[in-house]
Amino acid sequence: MVSLKGKDLVSIRDLTKEEMELILSETDKMIPIARGEQSSKILKGKILATLFFEPSTRTRMSFETAMQRLGGGIIGFASIEGTSIMKGETLSDTIRVVEGYADIIVLRHPAEGSARLAAEISSKPIINGGDGAGQHPTQTLLDLYTIKREAGEIEGKKVVLLGDLKYGRTVHSLAYALAMFNAEIGLVSPPTLRMPEEILKDLKEIGAKIKEYSSLKEAIKEADVLYVTRIQKERFPDPTEYLKVAGSYKVDLKILKDAKENLIIMHPLPRVDEIDPSVDETKHAKYFLQSFYGVPVRMALLKLILVG
Amino acid sequence: MIVLEELRVKPIKEGTVIDHIKPGKALKVLKILGITEEHGDIVSIVMNVPSQKLGKKDIIKLENVFLDRETVNKIALISPMATINIIKDYRVIEKYIVEPPEEVVGIVRCQNPRCITNSKEPITPKFRVISKEPITIRCHYCSRVMTEEEIEKNII
Repeated sequence: MVSLKGKDLVSIRDLTKEEMELILSETDKMIPIARGEQSSKILKGKILATLFFEPSTRTRMSFETAMQRLGGGIIGFASIEGTSIMKGETLSDTIRVVEGYADIIVLRHPAEGSARLAAEISSKPIINGGDGAGQHPTQTLLDLYTIKREAGEIEGKKVVLLGDLKYGRTVHSLAYALAMFNAEIGLVSPPTLRMPEEILKDLKEIGAKIKEYSSLKEAIKEADVLYVTRIQKERFPDPTEYLKVAGSYKVDLKILKDAKENLIIMHPLPRVDEIDPSVDETKHAKYFLQSFYGVPVRMALLKLILVG
Repeated sequence: MIVLEELRVKPIKEGTVIDHIKPGKALKVLKILGITEEHGDIVSIVMNVPSQKLGKKDIIKLENVFLDRETVNKIALISPMATINIIKDYRVIEKYIVEPPEEVVGIVRCQNPRCITNSKEPITPKFRVISKEPITIRCHYCSRVMTEEEIEKNII
C-alpha cells in the first residue's frame, strides 16, 4: 500500500504518481478543517519546526496554519536574526539540534540542495519549503490540487504555462508533474525566456505532450488552464525591452474574449502586473483560491508523513 | 610495433601505463589518481606526443603501482579514451579502456556557486553519471548538470 509515513519530501521527483494521488485525495478531506468548519486533533502532541533561513511569509504561514489546524504545535524561526546561525553554525549542526526538538522539519534555505543535505542528516522527516532556485515541491502539489479541484481532473487537460519558463522553478516542477498525470502542456514565453532544452528533453523522455505557441492569443483558445508566472524585470538589461515583452504577455479582459468558457487562471503569486486586476472578478480567476489550497495540501502532507 | 615516440620513456618492468590520455591532461589525471609529490616510486609523464588515434596524446607510466579498476575509471571523467596497461616483467598482462563510474564522489566540485556543497557545510560533493558518451554528470544535491569541459575545470 502507498504510504508516506516517515518520508522526506525534497523534490517532486521523489514522489510516485500514486503518492501524489494519495496526497491529493487526502487534501479533499482537509478542506472543511482548513476552512475552520470542522476541528481536528489528529496531530496533537506533534511538533513542527519551521526553519526559514530566508523569509517567505506565505509558505511559512500556510505550514504553521496547517499544523495548528490539525492540533499540532510549532517551533522555529522566520529569519536567521538572533539565531545560532548568525554565530556561524552550519546547517548540518542546526538540523542535528532541531531534530531533537521536533517531529518534522520544514526548511527554506537559500542554497540549492540544502534540503537534500538536511534529509540525509536528519532522522526526522524533512519537507523542502524551497531551496534557493532549486525545488519547491509543496507549491507543485498545491498547483496540481487546484487543477484537479477547479478544472475537474488533470489528465487530458491542456495546461498552458505562460511567462518566464527559463528561470521559473515552479513551472519546471509543475511541467514534470503534469506529464506524470498525462496532461497536455502548452508553452508561451518571450523567446529569451523559453523553457531550457534540457528540461524539454527530460519531459519528452517521460512521455510529455508538449506544444509551444508563438503567442498568448493563439494559446488562449485551446487552454483549459492558464498558469501565469511573473516575468522579472531584472532578466532584461534594457527596461524598454522589458515593458514591451511584459505588455505582450499580459492577461486582461480583452485577451480572455477568446478563452474557453471554463478556463481557469492560476498564478503562484505574488503577481505584479501580468494579470490585470479586472480579471480578478471573472469566474476564470482561481489564484487566490489556489493560494488557500496551500493550507489543506500541507495539512494532508503533514498528516500523511506523521501518522500515515 | 612500438611507435618511436613512445620510447621517449623506456618500457617499465612492473607497474601501470596509462595511454591515450587526452593531450595536456596528464597532470590532471595524476591529480585524480591522488599521485602527489609524496609518491615514492618513479613516475614518467610524456605530454603531447603524436598519436594515430587521437592526433596527440599524453602517457603516464607508474612504476611498481598496480591501480585497481575503480580508481582508474575516475580518469574517464576527463579522458574517456584512456587505456590502462598493467605491466609485469615487461609484459602487458592486462589491457582495458577506462569506463566512467556510476557515481562520482569527492573528485569534482559542483560548478553551481549556490549549491550547498560549495558552502562551509561538511559534505563531500557527489554526482550521478547520467550519460557516459559524452560524459555528463548531475549533482546529487542541487541537480546541476555538468559536461566534460565543465568537469575538467572543476576537478578538486
